[in-house]
Amino acid sequence: MLEIKNLNVKLEEEDKQILKGVDLTVEAGKVHAIMGPNGSGKSTLSYVLSGRDGYEVMDGSATLDGEDILEMEPEERAAAGLFLAFQYPVEIPGVGNMTFLRSALNAQRKARGESEVSAGDFLKLVREKAKTLKIDAEMLKRPVNVGFSGGEKKRNEILQMAVLEPTMCILDETDSGLDVDAMKLVADGVNALRDPRRAFLVITHYQRLLDHIQPDVVHIMADGRIVKTGGPELALEVEKNGYADILAEIA
Amino acid sequence: MASPKRKDTAREAATEAWIASVPVPEAGFTAAARKDALARFGAMGLPGRRDEYWKFTDPSSLTAPEVPPAALFDAGEAQLFGDVDSVKLVFTDGAFDAGASDDPAAAGVEITRLAEAGAADIHWAQDLYGVLEARGQTPVARPLAALNTAAAGDGVLIRVTGRAEKPVHLIYRHESETSDAILHHCIKVEAGAELTLLETGPAAARFNKVMEVDVATGGRFHHVRAQGRDHERRAATHIFARVAEGSLFKSFTLTVNGQLTRNECVIEIAGDNASAHVAGAALGDGSYGKFHHDDTVFVTHDAVGCESRQVFKKVLKNGATGVFQGKILVKPGAQKTDGYQISQSLLLDEDSQFLAKPELEIYADDVKCSHGSTTGAIDETALFYLRSRGVEKEEATALLVLSFLADAIEEIEDERLAGEIVGRLEDWLARRKT
Repeated sequence: MLEIKNLNVKLEEEDKQILKGVDLTVEAGKVHAIMGPNGSGKSTLSYVLSGRDGYEVMDGSATLDGEDILEMEPEERAAAGLFLAFQYPVEIPGVGNMTFLRSALNAQRKARGESEVSAGDFLKLVREKAKTLKIDAEMLKRPVNVGFSGGEKKRNEILQMAVLEPTMCILDETDSGLDVDAMKLVADGVNALRDPRRAFLVITHYQRLLDHIQPDVVHIMADGRIVKTGGPELALEVEKNGYADILAEIA
Repeated sequence: MASPKRKDTAREAATEAWIASVPVPEAGFTAAARKDALARFGAMGLPGRRDEYWKFTDPSSLTAPEVPPAALFDAGEAQLFGDVDSVKLVFTDGAFDAGASDDPAAAGVEITRLAEAGAADIHWAQDLYGVLEARGQTPVARPLAALNTAAAGDGVLIRVTGRAEKPVHLIYRHESETSDAILHHCIKVEAGAELTLLETGPAAARFNKVMEVDVATGGRFHHVRAQGRDHERRAATHIFARVAEGSLFKSFTLTVNGQLTRNECVIEIAGDNASAHVAGAALGDGSYGKFHHDDTVFVTHDAVGCESRQVFKKVLKNGATGVFQGKILVKPGAQKTDGYQISQSLLLDEDSQFLAKPELEIYADDVKCSHGSTTGAIDETALFYLRSRGVEKEEATALLVLSFLADAIEEIEDERLAGEIVGRLEDWLARRKT
């Protein structure tokens, strides 16, 4: 589904290379986790894949279902099925959560040549999805993420994911700033979306999120590349010994 | 030294020419006020670019003897607030259009046309006409308002003694390319009464309007105004408001297009525990000709425990200019004042500019006053967030513009009116997708 080959990326503004040859393949139906110390390039990878400005691809490729996504606008990537759950979801005062979600869904459908969803159907759809994430009607009415707690913001990200139904979901440190209960709620939301046609790339510092979202494959990222790949046991090893051992091992 | 003197002479001559053009009234309840205003106007002289108060806005097109022509503009859209059940009063190029208007007598509130009130002895209006305007001339001179009081051709006098059943809607129409309209409205909201006043439409090629609003104890006044979308108009408008104890004054203005619009709002908070809010949202696109929009606000706190808010937002593109001059003056003894002022601009390109002069002047020691002014571009992070969800760049930009304007629009209490304003904003943005 997602295929990244020898991806080299630098910051546009300064001569600083962040990704130094990332190779990664995520198959449909699988959950891949990327772990790594601060500054290893995990978040940059998520931004480059979703099309944020400020990065320059020096070499390599990234394709989604065979399509080169690096040449696409962010909205085109979304329509192609890519979704990034933000580490810091953005507050947008004055724009209602529902208005935003409906604009997003209909824009994606339009881009795919599908018909728009009626207001009534949309309301039904969102209410149903929101219920399982314990998002109440009041939260849906409020402006996007404004006045939301950390947990509410992350739940709102998962709600967007549930409504937009992307095929490739990237979760960027979704566990940061969450207490155990909130994390469990978010993880349940993600698990409910697991599907043979959908893949996940879960970026995290800590193993604890992976207790709730069981990964199929775990990658360790350091200094801009994937340095080790293994099964779920790799995450446990990080939890126990930290990154130092693994980094020493490959050095 | 010779140059400034020569300019002053030119100003004096121009002022004299204006004075000569204003008919001196013989009788009527406004006669004394008009005569007084003309004398004050003569003493002040026409505004000029060298005046501190006109530093950011060139008044020459407002003061030129000949009206700069303004092409007629057919927006081709439905009347704003057209479906709101209201008393509609239509002024075409400054002249009352009885045929197009509702019957003022059936309004449930007292409405009299200024032009018809002439000989009548309307006590409340006599106590208001030119009175608040004259009070508003210190500490800053507002000569165009004095000229208006002296020369106003028409206007409405509205008095409400209870809760007005429906809004009064002043609809302006522009049908002559060289019309020079001067309207003067007086509004008296009696104790405990409530009125919503709507104003919409292009008024004239050049428009000078004064509105004096006196809100008595516990009264409530709501004002929602939409200026535009005529591209070439010039307008100088003044609101002079006085709010008494426990009363509420709220005014919101949407401005789209227009070569030059100067909206002054002068509010005197005269009674304890009163509240005055004035807000504006302006959208300017310089690609259809010049766009220059100036909000000049002066709020005086002269009572205890009062609150005031100024919320002004401008969205500017293609060489548009936005100006904000706003002041909060807290007089001695006006303790427990809560004064707030924010002026912000969103520049959609690098050609546009925003000039702001926020001021606080405080002579009481137990007050809370804050002011802020910002100017900036679209937030790239927010734009990316929206686009990453599939929203196209233009649509995402439009959503962020609405987000930027939200604080100002929230000042409109009536959700239905606010909704119609948002609709107009969306239409404007949709027309300008790039």
